[in-house]
Amino acid sequence: MTPPSAQDPSRLPPSHVADDGSRAVVRDALGVGIAVGASGFAFGVTAVGAGLGPAQACAMSLLVFTGASQFALVGALGSGGNPLAAVAGAFFLGVRNAFYGLRLSELLGLPRWVRPLAAQMVIDETTAVALPQPDRRRARIGFLVTGLTLYVLWNLTTLLGALGAGALGDPRRLGLDAAGPAVFLALLAPMLHGTRERLVAGSAVVIGLGLLPVLPAGVPVLAAGLAAPIVLALYGLRGRGARADGAPVRDAQDERGGQEKPEARENAREKPDARENAPDGPDARENVPDGPDARENAPDGPDAREKEAHR
Amino acid sequence: MTTWLAILGTALSCYLVKLLGLSVPAGVLERPLVRRLAALVPIALLAALTGIQTFGDGRALTLDARAAGVAAAAAALLLRAPFLVVVAAAVVVTALVRALG
Repeated sequence: MTPPSAQDPSRLPPSHVADDGSRAVVRDALGVGIAVGASGFAFGVTAVGAGLGPAQACAMSLLVFTGASQFALVGALGSGGNPLAAVAGAFFLGVRNAFYGLRLSELLGLPRWVRPLAAQMVIDETTAVALPQPDRRRARIGFLVTGLTLYVLWNLTTLLGALGAGALGDPRRLGLDAAGPAVFLALLAPMLHGTRERLVAGSAVVIGLGLLPVLPAGVPVLAAGLAAPIVLALYGLRGRGARADGAPVRDAQDERGGQEKPEARENAREKPDARENAPDGPDARENVPDGPDARENAPDGPDAREKEAHR
Repeated sequence: MTTWLAILGTALSCYLVKLLGLSVPAGVLERPLVRRLAALVPIALLAALTGIQTFGDGRALTLDARAAGVAAAAAALLLRAPFLVVVAAAVVVTALVRALG
């Protein structure tokens, strides 16, 4: 699922400080579950506005249950896109959940028979609540409470939105066609913490809009996905030169921080980049410790927190 | 019928990919390149979707009330507004611009 949590758990008092840790994690989990769950209404209205039936909208929230993919699929189908391209776009958006699952699997230590049930709840919000918890018990509570609250509410509000869409009249007159892009933007914003991320996003917009008039509906989005490997390849070429100079290798730091939220990890991953890039210029030595580049690229400060708060 | 197939295809593929993450032994998918791609591909897709659903009209590009709405959402994000407020800002501003236009 995916609408970002309106209430970022990192802004709430850390659970381990409270006397009763489980109460704190339940509160965090409910906050996220309720705030994001309510936004299923926008999905229900959007889906029906895109030409789906209420049953189809509800089936999506019940079975797909990962918000970005849901919005992407109804958007692509609504614009008359090739169904295969529409499914592919939704699927690629859902692939990140596999990486959440990897992290959660270590942390939650779920018995084999529970995994097929828990899998449906492996999404942005449950990961964001569970990963920062200090122990397995609280991580499990956070995962379960967030997941169940969100699942129940997201499906209820989808139903309400889908049924209410007809009574609301023309969704365009009400501006509801702007809900989809706003959801995507809200999901995107906290991810844009580094130069590389912004470069990927900017290139993807240009590719997507540029190809829109010439490719069948749904395909431009997939083509825009290529911005990721392209930018990565460009950085890889630069990074290799830097590593030859003995700059720290990014991957070593990737392995740290097992308890962080996924975004926090993304942030952590950015830091070495600043160092890798530094030795390129003539001022390399000066820039290594804390040049302007390093500051810009190291989103660990309060700034990063602020951006994360948008989730 | 096609819509149902697309829904079921999305549901199945998205579920399997979630289950894959929980079931695969840690380390298999943890290659740095794969992980970096997994972090960047959603960024590319979300950015393209935002652009296309803001400026796209079928296969044509257009500038209409949605652009104002999405700009309002961006402003709300910069002000650290909660998720629901961000979406509401986009919807309300788009509706207002349409009503005035």
